[in-house]
Amino acid sequence: MRGFLFCMFESCADPSSLTGLAWFACYLTNGKHLLFYQSFGTVLGLLALAAPLALLFGFAGALAKRSQIPGLRQIGQVYVAMVRGIPDVVFFLFVPLLIDQGIEVVRHYSLCESTGPIYQGNDFVVCDAAKMPLSSAEPWVHSLYGFALALAAYAIVFGAFAANTLDGALSAVPTAQLETARAYGMNARQSFVRIQLPQMWIYALPGLANLWQILIKATPLLFLLGIEDIVYWARELGGTKGSRFAYPHPDWRIYYFAALLVFYMIMTWGSEKVFNRLQVRMSVGQATLSGKGAAL
Amino acid sequence: MKKALISALAAGLFAVPALADTVRMGTEAAYPPYNFVNDNGDVDGFDIDVGNLLCSLADLDCTWVKNDWDSIIPNLVAGNYDTIMAGMSITAERDEIIDFSEGYLPPDPSLYAALEGTDAGVLTSGVVAAQTNTIQAGYVAESGATLVEFATPDETISAVINGEADAVLADGAYIQEQIEATGGQLVSMDSVMIGGGLGIGVRESDTELKAKLNAALAQIKKDGRLNDLIIKWFDDESKAIY
Repeated sequence: MRGFLFCMFESCADPSSLTGLAWFACYLTNGKHLLFYQSFGTVLGLLALAAPLALLFGFAGALAKRSQIPGLRQIGQVYVAMVRGIPDVVFFLFVPLLIDQGIEVVRHYSLCESTGPIYQGNDFVVCDAAKMPLSSAEPWVHSLYGFALALAAYAIVFGAFAANTLDGALSAVPTAQLETARAYGMNARQSFVRIQLPQMWIYALPGLANLWQILIKATPLLFLLGIEDIVYWARELGGTKGSRFAYPHPDWRIYYFAALLVFYMIMTWGSEKVFNRLQVRMSVGQATLSGKGAAL
Repeated sequence: MKKALISALAAGLFAVPALADTVRMGTEAAYPPYNFVNDNGDVDGFDIDVGNLLCSLADLDCTWVKNDWDSIIPNLVAGNYDTIMAGMSITAERDEIIDFSEGYLPPDPSLYAALEGTDAGVLTSGVVAAQTNTIQAGYVAESGATLVEFATPDETISAVINGEADAVLADGAYIQEQIEATGGQLVSMDSVMIGGGLGIGVRESDTELKAKLNAALAQIKKDGRLNDLIIKWFDDESKAIY
């Protein structure tokens, strides 16, 4: 197999002489396609990191919202209400820009020797040492930084929705159980950690499953943030290519977008299966309809 | 002799290498032959060749950054990169926001293209596609035709092939390349002369970089290397006027 692949790639040196399957084999393994395949990793990486981060933000948000401390409660309420009330796209454009320029302004005042004005006419100018990342940094550092900014935006937006879901789930735990915990002598903290927290997950699960599916479907927004994700490459590869390119072809965007459709269908379908199984497992022993159904 | 050798070695060891300034060059990478992503996934094209040559002459360490056309000026101004070389024509409107170097390609006629057999009347009364924020979009808007704008050049061509628009207006070299790429589905129509030639966009506050680029540009205009690149990418002697 390896030998076969090797021969195949060797023969890719002169694509114009290729036909049929050999042409496709070479076409689908050219440098540009390898970048396309890599970009699936970018999307999966974003999902793998954004989901736990959003859950963390959500948990902090839910606790803040339910807090007895007046200042904290308002912060939680404002965070959730604001993010839920403003269109996602606005947040996705606003958050990375705010963080990026915020960091650069702070670095400008702390790192530069002579601090000239940052806003010069239309220009946003910080000194070379304050650039984030530095202009001289490797391209992958710039990519990683852009990715991290996008990740922050996803965590903040999805965290607010998760906060609301978790808040609702914490309220859904039957009061009788909390009263019993109190009767057994647990203090507020103990009854929260031992009784309320473990039991709220089953109520949160449908909402969180929903959020996860929405998060998967929101990954093409990466493209909006200038990150070369699968949508960027699908569009770039699918566009009409003339004889300037080694592999000329007409407009093939429909095939590339169809491939993305299949990818997203598999992702959401697979997630659905996993969440269904989780639901069944977590329901066991619960005093709920699904719990009793599973136990019988 | 030995002493000379030792001192030469010492000089080599302790000399601090002069670090070239790093310049990030923004480009759209979707507008062949000006700028595009080649089969290896690298940026390529006339803009890239000229830019790299200028960087080597001006002793700058250049890296290319891809950016959507729509946000290419805002992101220059925000400092995400330092220059724009993206087939961008020098216009008075753009010059209010950013600065341009001297030109590196003379004004090039823009071409209309449409499906074969399209009546020439559509150019002034039909639906004409153009890329957002281009000189062509501005021209179509004034021409009497209905303008439909797209974010990428590719979509403007597809719009004509799909029948969404009657014709498309873009830079001549791009249109010719697309006519060839679509295998004769499109034919070229009228040409119009708009724009002030291509220039390198820089921030207004970045006068030092602009001076360096202009000096290097003057050099490649004088020694004929710019003309060579123009002929390489456009195959057109009439554009090699420098």
